[in-house]
Amino acid sequence: MSNVTDATTGAGEPMPGDNGTRTAKTENGPVMAADGRPLKQTLRRTLRREKMRALLLIAPLLIFVVVTFIVPILSMLFRSVENDIVQNTMPETVQALRAWDEQGTEPPGDEVFVPLYFDLFKASEAKEHTKLGSRLNYEQPGLSSMFRGTGRDLDDMGEEFQDVFEEIDPAFETAAFWHELLSGAGGEALLKERRDLYEALTGEEMRGDVGFTPSTEMAEMLPWTTKAYTDFAIWTAIEEEDVVAEEEPWEAVYAALGQDLRSPDTVAAIEAYSGPWSTTLKAAAENRDQLPQDSFREMFVASDKDWGSLEAWRTISLYSPPVTAGYFLNSVDLTKTVDGIAARPETQQIYLTLFQRTLIMSLIITGSCILLGYPVAWLLANLPLRTANVLMILVLLPFWTSLLVRTSAWKVLLQQQGIINEILVWLGFVDDANRLILMNNATGTVIAMTHILLPFMILPLYSVMKTVPPSYLRAAKSLGATNWTAFWRVYFPQSVPGIGAGSILVFILSIGYYITPEIVGGTSGVFISNRIAYHISSSLNWGLAAALGSILLIVVLALYWCYDRIVGIDNVKLGG
Amino acid sequence: MSNLTVDIPRPPLNGFTLPLMAVFAGCFGFVVGNVFAQPLIGFLIGAVVGAGVALLAHNLPRSRRNVRLGLIAIFGLIGLILVGPGAMVAGLLIGAVLSWAAYWLDSGAYRSRVPIYYTAGQTLWHNSFLFICGLVFFFLIAPLLPVMWLSFNAQNFFTFTPEMLNFQAEGYSLKHYRDFLGTEEWMVPLKNSLIIAPFATFISVSLGTLAAIGLSQSHVPGRQAIMAILISPMIVPLIISATGMFFFYAPLGNWLEATLGLNRSFVGYLKVILAHAALGVPFVIITVTATLVGFDKSLTRASANMGADPVTTFFRVQMPLILPGVISGGLFAFITSFDEVVVVLFVGSAQQQTLPWQMFTGLREQISPTILAAATILVTVSICLLTTVELLRRRSERLRGLSPG
Amino acid sequence: MKLTTTLLTSTALTVAAGVAAHAQEMANDMTFVSWGGAYQASQQNAYAEPYKEMHPEVSVVWDESSNEAVAKLRAMNEAGNITWDLVDVVAADAMRLCDEGLAMEIDHDEVLADAPDGTEASDDFGDLIVSDCFIPQIVYSTTFGYRTDMVPEGVEAPNDICDVWDTETYPGKRSLEKRPINNMEWALLCDGVAKDEVYDVLATDDGQQRALDKLGEIKDDVIWWSAGADTPQLLADGEVFMGSTYNGRLFSAIVEQDQPIAMMWDAQVFDLDGWIVPAGLPEDRLARVMDFLHFATDTQRLADQAAYISYGPARASSAPMVGKHAELGIDMAPHMPTDPNNAKNTFLYNYEFWADYRDDIDAKFQAWLAQ
Repeated sequence: MSNVTDATTGAGEPMPGDNGTRTAKTENGPVMAADGRPLKQTLRRTLRREKMRALLLIAPLLIFVVVTFIVPILSMLFRSVENDIVQNTMPETVQALRAWDEQGTEPPGDEVFVPLYFDLFKASEAKEHTKLGSRLNYEQPGLSSMFRGTGRDLDDMGEEFQDVFEEIDPAFETAAFWHELLSGAGGEALLKERRDLYEALTGEEMRGDVGFTPSTEMAEMLPWTTKAYTDFAIWTAIEEEDVVAEEEPWEAVYAALGQDLRSPDTVAAIEAYSGPWSTTLKAAAENRDQLPQDSFREMFVASDKDWGSLEAWRTISLYSPPVTAGYFLNSVDLTKTVDGIAARPETQQIYLTLFQRTLIMSLIITGSCILLGYPVAWLLANLPLRTANVLMILVLLPFWTSLLVRTSAWKVLLQQQGIINEILVWLGFVDDANRLILMNNATGTVIAMTHILLPFMILPLYSVMKTVPPSYLRAAKSLGATNWTAFWRVYFPQSVPGIGAGSILVFILSIGYYITPEIVGGTSGVFISNRIAYHISSSLNWGLAAALGSILLIVVLALYWCYDRIVGIDNVKLGG
Repeated sequence: MSNLTVDIPRPPLNGFTLPLMAVFAGCFGFVVGNVFAQPLIGFLIGAVVGAGVALLAHNLPRSRRNVRLGLIAIFGLIGLILVGPGAMVAGLLIGAVLSWAAYWLDSGAYRSRVPIYYTAGQTLWHNSFLFICGLVFFFLIAPLLPVMWLSFNAQNFFTFTPEMLNFQAEGYSLKHYRDFLGTEEWMVPLKNSLIIAPFATFISVSLGTLAAIGLSQSHVPGRQAIMAILISPMIVPLIISATGMFFFYAPLGNWLEATLGLNRSFVGYLKVILAHAALGVPFVIITVTATLVGFDKSLTRASANMGADPVTTFFRVQMPLILPGVISGGLFAFITSFDEVVVVLFVGSAQQQTLPWQMFTGLREQISPTILAAATILVTVSICLLTTVELLRRRSERLRGLSPG
Repeated sequence: MKLTTTLLTSTALTVAAGVAAHAQEMANDMTFVSWGGAYQASQQNAYAEPYKEMHPEVSVVWDESSNEAVAKLRAMNEAGNITWDLVDVVAADAMRLCDEGLAMEIDHDEVLADAPDGTEASDDFGDLIVSDCFIPQIVYSTTFGYRTDMVPEGVEAPNDICDVWDTETYPGKRSLEKRPINNMEWALLCDGVAKDEVYDVLATDDGQQRALDKLGEIKDDVIWWSAGADTPQLLADGEVFMGSTYNGRLFSAIVEQDQPIAMMWDAQVFDLDGWIVPAGLPEDRLARVMDFLHFATDTQRLADQAAYISYGPARASSAPMVGKHAELGIDMAPHMPTDPNNAKNTFLYNYEFWADYRDDIDAKFQAWLAQ
């Protein structure tokens, strides 16, 4: 509470003749205020002081809301465009994919599949590849199991190389061979680059001594092998906290050597090489025809045939940039294709319908709340206080019953075997076979939501009507106005702020509700929020949920702005 | 008004009470007749009965109570004989309504609340208006009645069993109340809710009222933007707020526990309280600013003129005038917290399980009228609380010698 | 009872001996996440209470958040604040959590106890280990219940899944879950697709449309439910003639609540529920959870749970040990979805398929619902 004192006293110096000076403003010459300073200056100072005082009053709440609400929500909504998971999980594949023509008719070849293998191997060690699969599965079904299944086969693919190498020379089995062969000087830049890629992949810090520095010479001669071994070294040293020089490398390192040996340049370079372990290397190069000859693409397709499908690659390519409009397009029933933006198939269009329905039904609910709430608020405001207070208890009572209970109560009342139908059947107004369908459709939602939100309309209306002096109405009537004219021309305009405040409360609340529509709305009475909740809590498609939420937010703000333009927010004093 | 009683003339029987009562009772007759598939005959019988009641009321104005009791009993009896216990209740109700209406019309009480100069049309409108308001109140309260009734169900479903409808004892039981009052499962959440909601309300009301006053000053830079920010917790779909806030409060909680060494359960409560306070802010802002529109600024100037410092002015002049707005805003904030289930599911942990949370899982996993018992108890307690407050208010009014307002 | 106690103590001794070396490093507070209601109570009675008796220093808090577990675990993981120790989820969610890296991969043979006859855990659970992160606990099924008093006179009670579509013979509404899973399979089965081809057909656009068209035949007669407690309530109200739900819910309505409802086991869809351990637990908490898991998923404990709820234990070795209902004293075996009489025609939920197609088919399903 100390803020009250600070804020008000801080700005609360006496304001001698504040009003007087203001009215004394004339058009000629500098007018002096009572204290002898130019009036303009005094006025500006007073204005500044007033502004300061207002801001001081607002500041504590504003800071509280911005820090604890706005910032977290904005970062949540940012997920609607965020898409760096593809780039982070398979950085080199994404780079290689840029050269691929997504409009073409052929899926990419080994120039993409080779980096894909090493990216995925690394990702599967860090258990990140299935996340990417789930992400891409939102865009095309089947990708999730493609990534999960192939993730299990990656080791086997490498082992095929490993077995051959180890047969050629048992030295390939030793940890020392790899460490000594690839260690050297000048590879700090490469080490740092690989480390950064890991940090992007796992989102964690990868600091600490690796116990291995790649040699530049090897990085030129055996580029894939050096990269793969560096990746292995970083992971082993930092995540698994083992000594790199003592560990046998990943299967991927053997595959990388196999891939290097497929290049004639590398073979030539090995022949010319005379450093440590040159005999072992040369033996491998000579016997390279014993190595698996399948291309990486063939190995991937053997693991899951979808890797060879054009569709899968188009999806990967379309969603490879770190920022995407895909979620927003999805939330307005559009989709990204290689030929640009297209409408979703009709069988999958749902969100526009839901947005429209949410808005229309919220308007209906708001309307019925005004209709039911206005007379009651008027009655409460005009009755003697003691009667009004007793009646007020009736308005407040539903509030004390949980929303869930009230919704369940409506279920008991509205369903086909429910109380209302039973009574109507008993009274003979409704045929037993044709009971009214009052819930599991839009009617149910409107009735239950109107009931739940009605107090939110009555209370603001009441507190505004309370400030309208009843003498105005009497004066109007005594001046000859009819009841209607007196009400419409005198009373109603003064109650508009209450309608405004109540409507905004009810409308916005109804847009965001999802529990009640879920329970009584059936299929035709559910709102967009129900889908948002589904995507947050069941499908985990938070990007789409955030996009839907952002659109909803924008729509509400736009409506608010229109309201301001048409009705005039001055009538509500929410911000004009 | 009460001192100035004007003698209201009794309306004529033949030209007013009798035909009106005949039509009124005829409508009831129509409905009752419909049960037996004879609405028209029902209407006619009803009309005759209504006329009879009107005659009775007109001729026996003094023994109002006896006549009414007699009529109620007769109607109840007819219902019991014709159909059964259910119809007896309906009969009693119809008897009460008809006899009341007859005396109300006949004694001229229907005009007692309107100025003497009102025309017949105006009186009719006034009374229909009251009737409409009555219907709205009924709409507000009606869903609570089955809730209370079903809370005594002997079964674990939200279904009226035949035993319940025939008012047989074996259809009723207090077991759901025992479940509610006797188990930790419900008492702990109740306690948590009663801790969290008042604190959250206090924070949002105190900060919100200040900010609303600030916003209502004439020169606030960027008022639109500030306003949009302050009411945003209401606009953002709850489920998004819930996940968003989780990302703020989880690290904050870690930090408070690890760095400041605060107690874990205290931090847990604090997180939920702050989250709920943010959700309650827009309600306070909207209702208080709406009230401030009508606030006469010259009052604060007058108070300052008379030597009051700003704090005194605020508490003695401004606050009492905007109090209705502050109270309704606070009430909304309280209910927001007390009835909130989505955010607490994310931000809270099991130790901070609140009543709505418990109800939510109860409804989803295993429908049990225990939540109805909980609701009934809450409603009863709140009726008692509100009544006590009202009685206290009247008492202090009397003590201060004010006439009843 | 005596047998249980002896078993308890003997298990306690072996477990205590096995973990004595690590005992100091174990945290004493555990937070379990489950579904609430009778199911959670059965876990409390069968697992948590006996464990607490053996380890009086341990305290357990239950969080009824399994329904939101996937979303909440993801949020916890991103915020780096895992407050849960053990989470009960359905198998499909376990797979999703495993894919997202939110659940820990488990070496089943190392962590879990062998069967009494020495069979390794992974063999004892068999195919039910559908994900590396998942420790199966119970087998439940989604099946239909119907009002016995609403079966028209002279008509045989429904005993075929396609009776759901037969609104001529069996008038009245149906309640189905508001999601494609299970409904699409049933629709295809009744549209003449052979059981082993259902998922192949469902993987195609035409097949999905075919299933939706079949569901469309009864769309106007369906009330869609989203909470497991809905169908029993709708049946109790007589609002629907038949509806799908979990078999344990129907058991409770029929046996414990004495409602005029009966089960229709035809084409029941088996599903699994079990534990996952959240990824990234600190060592002391992990040690305690592993110790608990070893105890709580052994053969006897899984069989014990069946005394409180009619779900089948996930271990093959537990099945013969299923006894009587803890309060009503009736034999539980005939109420198990795995009982041979009930399991004449069953359908196995295909996890891989739904992991892939869930989002896509759900979008179509919801759009179809909204039409």
